[in-house]
Amino acid sequence: MKLIGRAIKEARAEGEALVSHEPLGFFGGVDPETGVVIEPGHELEGHCIAGTILVFPRGKGSTVGSYTLYRLRKEGLAPAGIINARSEAVVAVGAIISEIPMVDSIDLSQIQTGDEVTINGDTVEVVRPAQRS
Amino acid sequence: MLAGDYGPATKRAMEILVALGKIYAAEGLVPVASVQVAGVSYGNLGQAGLEFIQEWAEQGARVRVPTTLNPAGMDLEAWEQLGVPEEYAQCQLKIIDAYRVMGIVPSCSCTPYLVGNRPDLGQHIAWSESSAVSYANSVLGARTNREGGPSALAAAITGRTAKYGLHLEKNRQARHLVQVNCALESVADFGALGYIVGREVEDAIPYFRIDSPGKPGPEELKALGAAMAASGAVALYHIEGITPEANAHTVLADDAVPVIVEGLDEGYEALDGTAQEIDLVWIGCPHASLRELAQVAALLGGRPTRAKLWITTARAVLGEARIRGLVETIERSGGQVVADACLIGAPVQEMGLSTVATNSAKAAFYLHGHHHLEVRFGPLHRCVEAAVKGRWPG
Repeated sequence: MKLIGRAIKEARAEGEALVSHEPLGFFGGVDPETGVVIEPGHELEGHCIAGTILVFPRGKGSTVGSYTLYRLRKEGLAPAGIINARSEAVVAVGAIISEIPMVDSIDLSQIQTGDEVTINGDTVEVVRPAQRS
Repeated sequence: MLAGDYGPATKRAMEILVALGKIYAAEGLVPVASVQVAGVSYGNLGQAGLEFIQEWAEQGARVRVPTTLNPAGMDLEAWEQLGVPEEYAQCQLKIIDAYRVMGIVPSCSCTPYLVGNRPDLGQHIAWSESSAVSYANSVLGARTNREGGPSALAAAITGRTAKYGLHLEKNRQARHLVQVNCALESVADFGALGYIVGREVEDAIPYFRIDSPGKPGPEELKALGAAMAASGAVALYHIEGITPEANAHTVLADDAVPVIVEGLDEGYEALDGTAQEIDLVWIGCPHASLRELAQVAALLGGRPTRAKLWITTARAVLGEARIRGLVETIERSGGQVVADACLIGAPVQEMGLSTVATNSAKAAFYLHGHHHLEVRFGPLHRCVEAAVKGRWPG
C-alpha cells in the first residue's frame, strides 16, 4: 500500500513500524541514553524507538525536545524515520537537525506496529508481514 | 540555499525554515532585520545541545544579519568568584565560543533591545526568548513569532524567516479586552498583573485599558510582558495610549472577550511564599536597566547586606553602570552586579541557595516551578530591605 504525504525531512528510510495513537514528547518522554519511552502511562512506555519507523499523531512538549532527538541520533538510538499525522515545530526541527527522514499528512490508521514501512520523500510504502495479515 | 550551493550549514538552516513554512502554511519567506538566539545556558542545552551548536559552526554556519545571544548560565568573566562549578563553566564557555564562530555577538542578555538590538516599528525579525519577543512585538511594534533556538539560528544563517503568525497584520488583532481597575505602582505590580492575565488569555493577544495614574515605563512593560509569557504564552499585547499599535479601531476585535481585573491579590498569592530567612535577593529578570541599577544603589544607601544580593544585567549595561559609580556603590554594600547570566538554568542548588526574594513575577514563577526553591515576591524596596536584613520585611 502506498500513502502520499508531505516531506518534512526529505530522505529515504526503512524499518519496522512502532505506532502510538497518542502525541509523543521527546524531552522527558524518551530516555536519551537508552531510546526507551519513559513517559509514565504513555502507550509506548517501555518500548525502544531505536531503528523503528516511529508513527505518532504529533509531537508535544518542550522545545528542548529537538535537541533530545539530536542526542538520540548521536547515540545511535534515533528512530530510522518519523511519520506524523500533523507535525509541529519541535519534532520537525529535531528531525531536520538530526537528519531523520520525516513525513507528515499521512492517514495513520493505515499503519500498524510491526508493518514494514519505507519512507521515500513524501511517499510511505506499507507492507504487512503475511503471517500477521 | 536549499540545494546546498551555500554549503551544508545553510542548507540545513533553509530546510528548517521550509519545514516550518509548510507546517504553518506560511506565505513564503521574509527577510529579517535581526535575530535573538536562545539556547545558550548549558543547564538548559545540555551536552547534546552543545554538540549540535559546535557541529553547525564547524559545518560553516555564519550569520547573515545582526544576531544577539540570550543569557548564559553564569557570568562569563566572574564565574569562579560566584561559585560556579568548573566543569559546568568549561561547557558553558564552549557554547559561547561556537556561537562566536558563527559571528553572533555574545551579548548574553534577555534584553537585547537595551543593548543595541532594537528593531523599528513594522520591521520583521526572528527572535527567541519569550520576554524579548513580547517586548519587541508590543512595545517596539516589530514583528516576530516565538522562535525556538534552532529556528532562530536558522533565520540568522539565512537572513530570512517563514512568513506566518505575527508577521502578518491580520494576526496582530486582540480578541481579549482587559480592563484594569486597580492601581499599578511598581514593577512587581505589573508582573502580578501579567501573571493573572497570562493565565487567563493563554496564548492570545490582550488589549489593555489601564485605569491607573502614571504611565508605565520600559521597566514596567518588560515585567508585564515577561510575566504573561511565563504564565501564558503571550507574544504580543497592546496598551491603549502606550504601545504603538494600540488603536481600538484597528487591532481590537469587535467581539473581544472582556476580562476585568479589580485587584492583584491572585497574582501575589500565587507567586509569594512564606519563607522568612532570605539567602538570595535576585533583581534583573528580565535583565536590569541602568535605571533599575540606580534604584537599587539608592535604596541600599550604603547599608551592608546580610543576604546575597545579585542584580543580573547585560554586560554593556554593567559597563555603563560602572562608569556612573553604581556598581561600586552596590558592591560596597556587599551586592553583586552579575553580567551575562540568568539564574533560571544556572546551577542554583549546587550553590547552596534555598530561599530567594525577587521583584520579578517571571523569576518567581520559574523558580517555584523548576528549582524547589522557596520564593518571596514583592516590590523592589522590600527586596532590597530583605537583602539588608537577611529576612523578608514584615
